[in-house]
Amino acid sequence: MPDELNLTTDERGSAQAAALSIRNLHVAYGQREILHGVSFDVLVGETVVILGGSGSGKSTLLRTLVGLESPTSGEVIVRGKNLAQLSENEWEELRQHIGISFQSGALFGSMSVGENVALPLLEHTELDPATIEIMVRLKLNEVGLNGYENYMPAQLSGGMKKRAAVARAMAMDPEILFFDEPSAGLDPIIAAGIDELLLKLKEAFGITMIVVTHELASAFLIADRMVLLDKGHIVAMGTTAELQASTHPRVRQFLDRVAEPEISQEIDYLQMLTGEVPRPRQ
Amino acid sequence: MAFTENIGSATLDGLAYVGGLARLGATAGHAAIKDVLERRRLAWGRAVHQAMAVGIGSLPILSLITFFIGTILALQAAYELRKFGALQFVADAVAISVSRELGPLITAILVIGRSGSSFAAELGTMKVNEEIDALETMAFDPVRFLVAPKLVSMLLMMPCLTIWADFMGFTGGAVFGMAQAGFTLKTYFVATMNALALRDIVTGLIKSLMFGLVITTVGCQEGLRTGLGAEEVGRSTTAAVVKSIFLVIMVDLVFTAMFYIGVG
Repeated sequence: MPDELNLTTDERGSAQAAALSIRNLHVAYGQREILHGVSFDVLVGETVVILGGSGSGKSTLLRTLVGLESPTSGEVIVRGKNLAQLSENEWEELRQHIGISFQSGALFGSMSVGENVALPLLEHTELDPATIEIMVRLKLNEVGLNGYENYMPAQLSGGMKKRAAVARAMAMDPEILFFDEPSAGLDPIIAAGIDELLLKLKEAFGITMIVVTHELASAFLIADRMVLLDKGHIVAMGTTAELQASTHPRVRQFLDRVAEPEISQEIDYLQMLTGEVPRPRQ
Repeated sequence: MAFTENIGSATLDGLAYVGGLARLGATAGHAAIKDVLERRRLAWGRAVHQAMAVGIGSLPILSLITFFIGTILALQAAYELRKFGALQFVADAVAISVSRELGPLITAILVIGRSGSSFAAELGTMKVNEEIDALETMAFDPVRFLVAPKLVSMLLMMPCLTIWADFMGFTGGAVFGMAQAGFTLKTYFVATMNALALRDIVTGLIKSLMFGLVITTVGCQEGLRTGLGAEEVGRSTTAAVVKSIFLVIMVDLVFTAMFYIGVG
């Protein structure tokens, strides 16, 4: 495996407070290790895009960062707290400061859009129903879904579902927002609308955002920094300009959308098995 | 060797499964009590909603089925009783068999078909759609939020449904009693009440509570264990129905034996 480019230095990270730090993170499903020692920081107010192809481990990384998967070793530190050492109450407290927008939206199908957004407020606050109703309208307004509170998720289009999921993730005014493939499966116009929404949220609220995607256009538009994952390793990390200028073969293959070489020779097959970078097709 | 190993392995798997059910039931029960004590506003609404789905929704079909079962039982009992000129004991036969056994059992099987399967399908679909993950990341305990209201509603509704099923079974028997055995509606129900001891009703109700516990925990456990993909939801639903029926019959056997030994 080639060395990490590590275009963003630790010095940059230490100059500004980190909202989230990952240190030598290893995650495995049974015997199969998915992430092999991933480390990086996300600074407060920064938007970091985690790029990678299918099976690169980016969704596993996101699930680990929000506590849905447990690392086999390494540390995830969110808001100064090591996730592995949190008690049940500390987890509950931490989760009220983060929001997640899932790839499918993950809206509760048996509840209206308004009820979906109101749910965390009903559970975690003492606000009266009238105030919650106002909060729900505000959140839906922020994502461009004004007047949709009584719609059921099944009545919404794909883009609207993603927006409603963002509104729900925003309900508790989180400090960190996680997005899993926010524009996957959407047409280019709707996807551009989601990108604009993320930029608007960043500008208006200064929220720290971690976005997992494989959509390059979207990634370059919204990212302050990018992390490129490949087969569970970070192969490059840096600003959009730094990544664009990278000569790393795997970065170039990903950014230039070069197909994987066909496995016609024994050496290619061995390279695939050992996880080494295959030679891009000329 | 492989055969005995398979038996041992299957037994261990079975015990682990039942252990999982007990743990889920205990966690959900604990969460429900905590919700009541802390007066959490979300819990009540969900429990009422579930109780309506489990209880009120089942009434028409349960009434119809247990009514016919009562009539069938009366017919079957009369077939033998009339040989001895003891047709007047039809009410006794129906009363005892319905209240002790068939009322709770038919109710349980119907509730498995309606609610146990729907619990598994609902939770399985939520799992596939990442809704369970979303709940966890919003600091909701899925067992507290999803399983506890189902358990509370089931434990409240199963005894109510069983009493109703008993009544409809008696009524079904009464139709035969009035048509063929010379009863009036009033005399049939007097004969039914005379035949019943309080113990018959209570044992049926205790069984119904246990059935409710089994149906909820199996349905929810299967739903929460659903893997990835829509076909997994179908697998969970089928497994929930089959395992619930098997475990309800097992629980029925154990409790009937316990009551028998207790009385004897």
